[in-house]
This record gives sequence, structure tokens and C-alpha cells, in this order.
Amino acid sequence: MNSTLVEVRNLKKHFPSPAGPVKAVDGVNLKIEKGTSFGLVGESGCGKSTLIRVMLKLLEPTDGKVFFRGKDITGYGFRQMRPLRKEMAMVFQDPHLALNPRMTVFDIISRPLKIHGLARGKGELMVQVVETLKAMGLQTEHMIRFPHELSGGQKQRIGVARALVVEPEIIFLDEPTSALDVSVQTKILKLLDKARRERDLTFFFISHDINLIRVVADTMGVMYLGKIVETGPKEILLEDPHHPYTRGLFAAVPEPDPDKIITEIKLTGEVPSPVNPPDGCNFNPRCPYVQSRCREIEPELKELADGRSVACHLY
Amino acid sequence: MSEDLQKEIASLKQKKTGQMYLTWLRFKRNRLSVVGLSFVLLVIFIAIFAPLLTPYEPYDTNPFRRLESPSREHLLGTDELGRDLLTRLLYGSRIALQVGILIVLFEGFIGISFGLLAGYFGGWIDEIIMRLVDVLRSFPVIILAMAIAGIMGQGLFNVVLAIGLVGWTTYARMVRGKILSIKESDYVEAAFATGESTVSVILRYILPNVLPTAIIMVCIMMPTALIASATLSFLGVGVQPPLPCWGSIAAAGRDYITRAPWISTTAGIFIMFTVLGFNFIGDGLRDAFDPTSKRN
Repeated sequence: MNSTLVEVRNLKKHFPSPAGPVKAVDGVNLKIEKGTSFGLVGESGCGKSTLIRVMLKLLEPTDGKVFFRGKDITGYGFRQMRPLRKEMAMVFQDPHLALNPRMTVFDIISRPLKIHGLARGKGELMVQVVETLKAMGLQTEHMIRFPHELSGGQKQRIGVARALVVEPEIIFLDEPTSALDVSVQTKILKLLDKARRERDLTFFFISHDINLIRVVADTMGVMYLGKIVETGPKEILLEDPHHPYTRGLFAAVPEPDPDKIITEIKLTGEVPSPVNPPDGCNFNPRCPYVQSRCREIEPELKELADGRSVACHLY
Repeated sequence: MSEDLQKEIASLKQKKTGQMYLTWLRFKRNRLSVVGLSFVLLVIFIAIFAPLLTPYEPYDTNPFRRLESPSREHLLGTDELGRDLLTRLLYGSRIALQVGILIVLFEGFIGISFGLLAGYFGGWIDEIIMRLVDVLRSFPVIILAMAIAGIMGQGLFNVVLAIGLVGWTTYARMVRGKILSIKESDYVEAAFATGESTVSVILRYILPNVLPTAIIMVCIMMPTALIASATLSFLGVGVQPPLPCWGSIAAAGRDYITRAPWISTTAGIFIMFTVLGFNFIGDGLRDAFDPTSKRN
């Protein structure tokens, strides 16, 4: 039914540190189908942001491969990557830091068009920028503004506009709403959703906020300590999470119901250091169902009958 | 749609206030920096129109009227060779500005280029440049400059070379630090993500964000350069007499400090006002270049 747009195989990114390599991303396998919205959740520091940057080739992977439309782009240099940059856009977490303070909004949005030669002449450039601005709920007059003259929400709209203006195939969103107020978050999410429907885009969303992923994603992934522990269609995962970490994570989401008794697993203990992850399953020191093999053998991500994949010896 | 849009854009262009103008508005808010600017403009005016401001020549000696005190004829008196002191001081602004600008351009160019290389590329380039900076900074500037003057001979260009040789290290450090922080910023990463080349990132994203720092540096380093060159002249290894230079005038006047105190003091006052002027401008520019500063 769907075709795979981006695939990642055994992707690793280790950062050198005095204490040994920090295994920020440590063997991630993942497929993003065209036209879907993939939401990846995980705690802060689990390697989500690093994963996005390696997938976009902003960081070189230590090991593993990245495929785009079935082609291995891992070894691509600047020239080979350039046309792909038009297809893979990114929206950053903090809109206050993601815009060049010395460029006007017009310059910020028109740069991608210029780089990829998508507009003939200044008139056409202007029209495209204005159209994108309007689609983002901004006015023509915002073109001459500098980022510091805009509010956080407006800046993030500019960030989204910069990604959308080249009409990419997929947009990588690195917690695009976590730096915004709740009211603004909703607006940005609605805009993103509208853009996705209208332009038939693929999204790769990362967030630490399960509620957000619940709203925006149709495929979910759960990341823990540099690895994907469970992934599958959103409904299946939310309905019946399998991996003990996923269950713990979902149970930890506060619900506005004072009578609710938490019967699910409680996450206890601390996330181990990515410099020195435990042997076997990464989650074994915190897992209530830990068995002896969990401490020795690392579980593979196995696909189950219902369409999900889970990396746990219990399944 | 298209016609409406064109009209809208045309009206926007009129509404758009230039960044230079906004910078000037912010600069103007700081009274002291306006005073500084007027000092500097006055010195520039004097340097250009010196021959029109005084009836005397800076090299005309008069053995019969040596070390005269200020009078109607010689407003600031005469020096040890009977030259009109005011004339020499007015002409001295030419040397001061020339030396100051040359030094700042020389050390600024080297310092900013090296700082850019070290900050952006890091690794062994950074190591080499920064260790060179450490070595050069461990020399006392004046002693090093004296040594250079001793080897290469005295003169204006050797003063520039001697002071610039150490002076660039300040720029290099400043620019490198600034670039290290910009390089890691999200907007640079975003630029790469949209497909910008390294050259374009440097020219469009990094330099525009470093430039204000560099301009402020120039204004702050200018007084240092002026004082250093005056010091070298004062010590007799800089600009040589009979060229009218504030440093050497002050040095010459030292021998007659009790008989004709106006020689050294007025030369000192000229140096002081110019240095103050540049310092005030530097302070004002720091606020003016920060687009987020909203102080009224």
C-alpha cells in the first residue's frame, strides 16, 4: 500500500567524550512510509534530536545506513545532498534560536528558493514568499521584519514557512512546539496538519510529549537510551502497549481524573548513562519483568502479528 | 492578486526603515557617544583643513621666538625651535589619524581573518593560530615594538607594523569566541539543512553576526593604537621629528616642562580628547548594533 520514503538501518552515532563514547543513537532501525506522520517519543536525552540530525546528514553517522526513496544516502557529500535538501526540510525546536537575527523574514524564507533555483526573477520569488506567509497565517508586511520583532509563535510560523516553501517530500520536526505557549502550540499544530493534508506531506515528529504524538502521528515509535523499543500504528500502541518501558511511559502521563488509580507499571530509577549502557536489554535495570536473559542478550526489534515491532524478550 | 500584491509591496518598501537608520537612532540615544562622535569629527575636520586654520607652517622655525608663552600671535605659544605649537598640534592630527587608521585596518584585517579561520574550522588550524596568539601576547607590546623599530628602522609604517603585530591577537580572540558560539547555533544548522554551502553560511550567517562585534572592536582598539603610537613616538622610536606628531611633541616638551609647560600638556590634551572620542563612540556602537536593545 505505502512506499517507504526514509529508512534507517542499524544507525549509530557515538560522540567522543573523556569517559568513552557517548552512545546517543545506538542501532536504530526505522521506516517512514510516504504520506504518513511518524511520531517518535522518548525522554530528554534518549537521542531523538541526534537521530534527526543524523537522518538529515547534519551529523555523520558512526555506523549504519540512511536510505531516502530506497537510495543509500549515507556516503553522500554536499553536492549529492543538495538536491535532497529540497525534499527533506526541518523545523527546529526553539524558534528564537533557529532564525538568523540579521536576516529579514523575506530573506529567511526566500533563501531556500534561491538555493534550489525554484523561482525565476524577483517577482516570482516575492509571490512565493507572500503565498507561503499567508498560508502560515502571517501578513505580507511581516516580510520586512527581523526575527526579534516577532513573537515566539510568529517565529515558529516563519520556521515552518522556511521548511514548506520548497515543497519538500518530508518534514522533520524536532519538538516544534515545546518552546511555545499551549495556546500557540495548538495553532502551530493545526497549521502543520493543514499543510500536511493539502500538500500530501510526510512528517517525522519527535517529542517528549506523548499527548502531542497522540494528536499528530499515525505511526508511533518509542525510543529509550539510543534505541527504538517499540514501534507501530498509533492505535495499536496506545491501546495495548507491549514493551514495559512503553507501558511505564504511557502510565506516567497525567490524566485529568482524580479517581484514576494507577495500576500500570511505574517507572522507577534513573536512565543509565549512554556512555555505559547496561548489557543485554537497555531497560533491564528498571524493568519489573526482568529475566536472566534480559541481562545477557540484547532483544531484537521483532515484528508481531498486529503490525507493531517490539524489542523485548517477553514477546 | 498580483497587482494588489505589487501595490502592497511598493508601500512596504516605503515603510521599511533602513537598518542603518535604526542603528543611528539607537546610537543617538546615547548622549556621550554623540559627544564622542563630535570629538572625532572635529579631529577629522582639523586634519583635513589644518592649512586653512592656521597662518603658520608646522616646520617654520624662528630661533628668536623660542619657548614663548601663549599670546595673541601664537595662541598656544611656541616650542623649543620657535615653531607655532598650535599649528604643529593641528597638523599632528593628520599623523595621529593616519597611524591610528592604518594600525586598526592592518590588525583588524589579520585578526578578523585569523579569528574566522580558527573559530570556524577549529582543529589544528585553531591550535596553531591560538598558540601563536598566546606567544605574541606574552611579549610586552612596547618592548617588542622598540625591537622592531630597532631592526627595521624608525618611521610611520614600522610603527604600524610593530603595533599591529601584537594588536591583531585581540581581534582574533574576540572573533574566534563569537564564531564558536554562532557556529553551534540553530540558525547555522538550519542553514545547512536547507542546503546552504559552507561559503554561503560564512558570508550570510556568520559574518553578518560577527561584523558588529568587529566594528565595535575597531572603535575600542583605535584609542589603544593611538596611545601606543604616541608612546612609541614619545620614546623616540616612532614617528620621527620634525614630523608633527603628538607623542613626539609631548616628548620634546618634557625637557622644558617647567619653563614651557604648555607644550607637553596641550599635546596630552589633544591625545586625550581623541582617545575619549573613540572610546565613547565604541560604547555607543555596542548598544546601537544590538537590534534587540530597547533602552529609551
